[in-house]
Amino acid sequence: MGSVKAELLRLWKWPATWVLIGVWLVMTLTFGYVFNYLALNGGTNTRAMSQQQLISAMRPENVGAAVVRGLPMFGGAIILVLAALAVGSGYGWGTWKTTLTAGPRRVSALAGALGALAVIVVVLVALTFVVDLGAAVAVASVEGWDWSLPGFDGFEALGASLLIAAMWTGFGVFLGVVTKGPALAVGLGLMWAIVTENLLRGVGSLLGPVESLTEVLPGGSAGNLAGAVGGSGAPGVLNSLSGTTAALFLVGYVVVFVGAATLLKVRRDLV
Amino acid sequence: MIVTTEKLTKRYGDRAVVDEVSLSVRRGEVYGFLGPNGAGKTTTIRMLLGLVQPTSGTATVLGEAPGTPRALLKVGSLIEGPGFYPYLSGRDNLRVHAARRGAGRTEVEAALEQVDLVAAAGEKFRRYSLGMKQRLGVAAALLGQPELLILDEPTNGLDPAGMADMRDLVRALAAQGQTVLLSSHLLGEVEEICDRVGVISQGRLVAESTVEQLRGDSVLLVRADPIEKAHVLIEGSSRHDDVLYVREADAGALVRTLVRADVDVREVRPLRRTLEEVFFEMTGAA
Repeated sequence: MGSVKAELLRLWKWPATWVLIGVWLVMTLTFGYVFNYLALNGGTNTRAMSQQQLISAMRPENVGAAVVRGLPMFGGAIILVLAALAVGSGYGWGTWKTTLTAGPRRVSALAGALGALAVIVVVLVALTFVVDLGAAVAVASVEGWDWSLPGFDGFEALGASLLIAAMWTGFGVFLGVVTKGPALAVGLGLMWAIVTENLLRGVGSLLGPVESLTEVLPGGSAGNLAGAVGGSGAPGVLNSLSGTTAALFLVGYVVVFVGAATLLKVRRDLV
Repeated sequence: MIVTTEKLTKRYGDRAVVDEVSLSVRRGEVYGFLGPNGAGKTTTIRMLLGLVQPTSGTATVLGEAPGTPRALLKVGSLIEGPGFYPYLSGRDNLRVHAARRGAGRTEVEAALEQVDLVAAAGEKFRRYSLGMKQRLGVAAALLGQPELLILDEPTNGLDPAGMADMRDLVRALAAQGQTVLLSSHLLGEVEEICDRVGVISQGRLVAESTVEQLRGDSVLLVRADPIEKAHVLIEGSSRHDDVLYVREADAGALVRTLVRADVDVREVRPLRRTLEEVFFEMTGAA
């Protein structure tokens, strides 16, 4: 518990934590509500989205779907950056050295970082839900729609959001430990989350086996889970796997990333 | 013994960074760990703290295996400069460290006071001068009332005033009975503060004794003619060119023995080299 408390204290006071959370909230508001609202009220070209789809995307009942659809790609990238920075920076600052000589076992020290990141990520998802709900209620009130609060499917989407966030957190922690620094971890992570998987999907349209593979890669699994719980109309959201299968893959990735990071942390010399 | 190592070795590939080092630190002493840069001091210390796994050999710290929570909670350390969060204040950094060591706010304030950092405790760590950063590192090491303090080059980068402050701090801690393992390449610092010294060179421990012994206070330098005869007459003497070195000898008895044997005695005096001379001789550094 001492390790979690220590990590939470320093992450809570870290400006980068709140900058990243803030950037994500602005993004989710802008792309989820501001642009949709503008498109609904005078947009000349709403592309693939009909008026009905725009309204549905902004209704308070569908806030869960609004939260989850942003996480497979852009939200996930932000969470990955946060985790990679939180763990990787400790090597450059020398704080891992200070941490590991303070008393806790290496497993406990890393568990502390993971526990604190988990709290921060839960706060991030919860804040996204609250901010999106506020925006949705505001839009519904201004437009005079009949609306209600999200039902069970909202909680289902929240659960899926947390699982997707956990996977990206684990991925970021893994990269931070492997690269022993923030810069390469963030670079590689962003490259994977935003570029590599999308490129593979492009290749997948030409090669069947590659397409199957992309469905179960970290971003693909996250996208499929988001799609299964109602997320749609956002980059990275897919509808190829069942929710259960996608969730199982995500759990597998969490175990693999956290397990590999722990193994490396325990076995590697800190020089 | 608070720290013992037995043939402690760390190899990276074919290169032995630390080569069969056997040292011991006694309770209540200030032990100077001397060596040129790159001699293996920090790697040895990292092995004592469990940050680096030895390739072979053993070590015990306060009777425990290095790096275990039971050992680490009884050791305070500052290795190769302080590692703190730059965006947190000095006080918050100590609070984070205290949470890991199971120490409370009172101890944080006491540690800040001990290193004279109370006034600047609210400032961000990144705005600290190097001296303040080092002092915060010592404050962190003091949290949890450790039985052993390991300070690796605590005066690195400090100006003369900062170095004097740090020496005074270590002296004050030693006066309170704190056991300190102080690694340094600054000979004056070690000579002034330490009770016993271990000298490491190219990964090997080349000497371990009190500062006085190392300086040769108990060694007599003898010049005599013929030197070969004197060398045979004085048991246990070692000869270097036209000089004999004799350990733990009675000067009067030694002179009588030589004179009776018709050996001309030219000079008999305690060796008393400076630690710097001894160090250069042992390490080959210049």
